[in-house]
Amino acid sequence: MQPIELHQIDYSILIAYVAFVLGIGWALARYMKTSSDFLTSARSIPTWVTGLAFISANLGALELVGMAASGAKYGIATAHFYWVGAIPAMIFLAVFMMPFYYGSKARSVPEYLKMRFDERVRALNSLAFAVMTIFASGISINALAKLLTNLLPWQFDVNLGFAHLGSYDCYLWICSVVVLLYVLKGGLTSAIYTEVLQFFMIVLGFAPVVYLGLKDVGGWHAMNHSLEAVATNPSAIYIKDPGTTYAANAWTSAWQPLLSGSAHNPMGVDLFAMVFGLGFVLSFGYWCTNFLVVQRAMAAKNMTAARNTPLVAAVPKMLFPFLVIVPGMIAAALMTMPDKNYRIPPPIVSSAKYDAAVAAVQSASVTDLAAADQAVSAALGKKIDPDKINALVTANAGSKLSGADIKKGLYNGIAENDYDSVILSLVRKYCPPGLLGLALTALLASFMSGMAGNVTAFNTVFTYDLYQAYIAKGKTDQHYFWVGKAATVGGIVLSIAAAYFASMYNNAMDIIQLVFGFVNAPLFATFLLGMFWARTTGTGAFIGLFGGIAGSTLFHALTTVKSNLDPDGHVVNQMKGGYLGVHAIFPSEMAQNFWLAAFAFTACFSLTLVISLATKRTKSDADLKGLVYSLTPKTVDHNQPVWQRPAVVGVILLICCVILNLIFW
Amino acid sequence: MGLDIRWPIGLMFTLIGVLMTAYGALQSASATIQVAGSSVNIDLVWGVVLMVFGGGMLLGAIAGGKNPPKA
Repeated sequence: MQPIELHQIDYSILIAYVAFVLGIGWALARYMKTSSDFLTSARSIPTWVTGLAFISANLGALELVGMAASGAKYGIATAHFYWVGAIPAMIFLAVFMMPFYYGSKARSVPEYLKMRFDERVRALNSLAFAVMTIFASGISINALAKLLTNLLPWQFDVNLGFAHLGSYDCYLWICSVVVLLYVLKGGLTSAIYTEVLQFFMIVLGFAPVVYLGLKDVGGWHAMNHSLEAVATNPSAIYIKDPGTTYAANAWTSAWQPLLSGSAHNPMGVDLFAMVFGLGFVLSFGYWCTNFLVVQRAMAAKNMTAARNTPLVAAVPKMLFPFLVIVPGMIAAALMTMPDKNYRIPPPIVSSAKYDAAVAAVQSASVTDLAAADQAVSAALGKKIDPDKINALVTANAGSKLSGADIKKGLYNGIAENDYDSVILSLVRKYCPPGLLGLALTALLASFMSGMAGNVTAFNTVFTYDLYQAYIAKGKTDQHYFWVGKAATVGGIVLSIAAAYFASMYNNAMDIIQLVFGFVNAPLFATFLLGMFWARTTGTGAFIGLFGGIAGSTLFHALTTVKSNLDPDGHVVNQMKGGYLGVHAIFPSEMAQNFWLAAFAFTACFSLTLVISLATKRTKSDADLKGLVYSLTPKTVDHNQPVWQRPAVVGVILLICCVILNLIFW
Repeated sequence: MGLDIRWPIGLMFTLIGVLMTAYGALQSASATIQVAGSSVNIDLVWGVVLMVFGGGMLLGAIAGGKNPPKA
């Protein structure tokens, strides 16, 4: 990755943003008087703010980068993560689940579990959640520090005597300290306010990139026309192996390729896995039970505001595919247009390898191009496009090319794509100074906000669900206020440690995300039974959760993906499963993940159901009032204006979502 | 909370809008991008959009009645 050349205008925008987020923290500090102010915003925030924070807490930079990458790899079908994998769950949360979260006066999701079940379920959920937030925060800040080290021209080499700090360390610590300062001053409110700021930064920073990209490819229809060429021959732009082909609408239709079966869409996913695995288990598990997002709704000023929070969030969420997925589709379309002089960047190759490949080209003979291709591929350590390398060797033989020209030819001749670089490559292509500063600041904002969101969820769960519950009960509110602040500092320090851990091991992030999947997949079954079936017992929920986690781990150990088997049928990479034997082979990792989630949910649901029936209830109907649907008086919305009634708004949003699915059918 | 979020949003985007508009007006050559055969001074255009957005937020904050926080 070449450093980006920034101008004064870009630095000014970056500095203005950092100054404003710090200013928000300072301006809010005077209102932080109790633990409730600091950790739960004293339930005082208006709906539009909690709604935008709700969506921003999920819109981290990793999502921005990942969705653009998927847009290039899979096309508009990536929108399933929004229209199937988010909107229905957000509406369900608003209409059915928020009354219990907000009405129970629980301060966190684990606390709700304690009220509904018992201490064991709370302890399991809060410990798992605390560990996951720290790692998620660490992953976010690690990615930011790496990005800044590669992109910014400023390189550091600081010797503190007892420690030596390089550029990565300095960027990691500087960004962490900025987040620490504004969260420590303004608590959850500070995190929520900066999430709203981040929301507008992302929308206003990336909208012009999408507009310019679409204009450049000749508009929406011209882009779709180019993507038809991609679908019929995806190997031409290195998206799939040679010989793979799909129907012409594989990149431009969301449902038709899916209905044709897993072999006929680039995601390699079947309809059941998509609808049940993603659309039900993973989606409802994330949006309805993850405290990181639910906390934003719980900070709302009243029940109506809390219920409307996910609905307000659903509006931009429904439209986000046009902001985050379309750039990937533009990138794929641009690659089919030679005159645009664009390619999705190849994976990073070291200078030493490029030098060796340049030498291989210079010493190659035009009479044995196959040998030249082999030598270049071996020197780069990547797959190459034989046609492009042959042309390069021939051109060099005709008139000696400079080292820089050969390097450029090699860069274009690598037959692999680094999809995570799509968004930055478009920012480079379309953003002059000024707009570049805005787009990069938006990216920086979403990384920092990812850390702040996780740390504010961590400090609440640590203070209320671990410290107050198990370490020091019955202390004064001021005591917990200061513990909340100490937990914020501790959360940042632990996040930095997690970032170093993620940076030290190549597959650390994969392992962490795999474990997250095992822990999260069964959780929605516990909530579903707990909220809608009064007979569910604490023992049933506790053992069911463990069973679901064990089930998902076992499922992963016994299945793998097609690409993970060598010609003899042996597992290549154990991170992709199959280490206890291969009993099922999936066409893609995405299909494996969706099926794993479906299996874990079913295991947890069945176990919880059976054990609950076999064990005695420890909570009476009176204890469960306000916690279980059938035992709670229904929330009356008739006195609200129609546009504030969650059920009405929810149905309208659902219809809009269906229409979008039909438009892109 | 006592701070109306529209104040910092409005102030920040107005400031960034002014910076981008000024850059687009004064450094027209480097702020202009060639796309599909036509030239767009994107900083000038988008700077104005940001100023309008920031101004709208400030108007909302003023209409909301809460003063900006004192230093």
